[in-house]
Amino acid sequence: MLTWLAHLGRAGLSFFERLGRGHLFLLQVLAGMPGLLLRPRLVIQQIYSVGVLSLVIIVVSGLFVGMVLGLQGYNTLADFGAAESLGVMVALSLVRELGPVVAALLFGGRAGSALTAEIGLMKATEQLSGMEMMAVDPLRRVIAPRFVAGFIAMPLLAAIFSAVGVIGGYFVGVGLLGVDDGAFWSQMQARVDLYDDVMNGVIKSVAFGFVATWIAVYEGYDAVPTAEGVSRATTRTVVHTALAVLGLDFVLTALMFGE
Amino acid sequence: MIFDGVDIDIPRGKVTAIMGPSGTGKTTLLRMIGGQLRPRAGRVMVDGQDVHALRRGELYALRKRMGMLFQSGALLTDLNVYDNVAFPLREHTELPESMIRDLVLMKLEAVGLRGARDMMPSELSGGMARRVALARAIALDPMMIMYDEPFTGLDPISKGAVVELIHKINTALGVTSIIVSHDVRETTAISDYIYVLSDGKVVGQGTPQALMESDSPWVRQFMQGLPDGPVPFHYPASDYAADLLAGQG
Repeated sequence: MLTWLAHLGRAGLSFFERLGRGHLFLLQVLAGMPGLLLRPRLVIQQIYSVGVLSLVIIVVSGLFVGMVLGLQGYNTLADFGAAESLGVMVALSLVRELGPVVAALLFGGRAGSALTAEIGLMKATEQLSGMEMMAVDPLRRVIAPRFVAGFIAMPLLAAIFSAVGVIGGYFVGVGLLGVDDGAFWSQMQARVDLYDDVMNGVIKSVAFGFVATWIAVYEGYDAVPTAEGVSRATTRTVVHTALAVLGLDFVLTALMFGE
Repeated sequence: MIFDGVDIDIPRGKVTAIMGPSGTGKTTLLRMIGGQLRPRAGRVMVDGQDVHALRRGELYALRKRMGMLFQSGALLTDLNVYDNVAFPLREHTELPESMIRDLVLMKLEAVGLRGARDMMPSELSGGMARRVALARAIALDPMMIMYDEPFTGLDPISKGAVVELIHKINTALGVTSIIVSHDVRETTAISDYIYVLSDGKVVGQGTPQALMESDSPWVRQFMQGLPDGPVPFHYPASDYAADLLAGQG
């Protein structure tokens, strides 16, 4: 019993210690950001590798999610004779929920894990240490640009995901199932609110981008510098990103849509 | 505790070696000199400044005047040889690209790898990687260079080349050199003064000649590579016979 308590205590302490270190790390990275204004190229390179290289998976997934939404939504809506509302249903599901959430999950799996592995390996091969000894702060030179890039890329990826998803829903709904073309778009236009729906979705994706990138760069920076350590850190990135995104999604949804 | 009462003087412009078996904290010592690790007690003075009392900006200014050669080379794997050597110049100077090119080529010529400028770190042999890292370490013309196990894991030819380079850089540029190593032959060949560490203490010091003739059993065991002596061959363990018998349930 006592050993069990001691074990619990140790686990709790190490959890809070990691949490604390993670926040200190975030502060240091944020402090390094103003310097990036002078060197936008560093950020642009990272936006390419974090964002542009994630496009394929985002677009393909978005298309399929939209198509599935079209199929499923049509079946349910047709029962109520409301098949014309398919456009609204697809757009709202994507813009409010699926766009930000699924894009963030994919982002964590594709870009987040790559960030963690890259930074962890740089640490394991003493590249970060070497930079420090060259009087170059790795937090500013390596971590900050990646953090900013992830933060910028994620909302854009979520927006692309939603847009492609709507097109996927259109293909299935209008092209395959025969929903009226005009009703699909005009109902969507009338019922999707720029502020309540789109903006709230954007806020979500910004928050997810922040958290997902933070987890990814921190796990890499904090990784045990061995092959096993980097592999564990990469796994943790994916798992923690998924949990954090889903948990945060509930909180944000409750705050923004819960009356 | 890693160090206990260690007092080491590193004279300007000389090659000072810190030797000792693996795991005695030689690399830790270099990291403390570079300000990456902080000692619980004691001071590290570099050029009259207490490294661990410096503010961040001052520490980074001091580091610009220190070069460090890591055992692994620590080259940036996403940059080629040329860009690796140019990295500190681009980070810390406002020099035009044409001048950076001249400087990089000069440094690479000094280590004999001007022809390898377009190669990626993954294409380099261990010895070449270390020479590129050396070129990068001298890119900003530091006042002092720290070598972390510069001879480990190299073939005899590369080893000879690195020995020669360290010697040349020390005499030609007048930099202070600190070598951390356990390779007795190479280190004694180029050092002016050697400290031998064991268990966190300085167990011997002197010129290479004096250490070779030392009558301290510890120093003799290390310098001559004897398998048994003050450092026992066996890691501390319980009685052998009792240990074997204990397995018979």
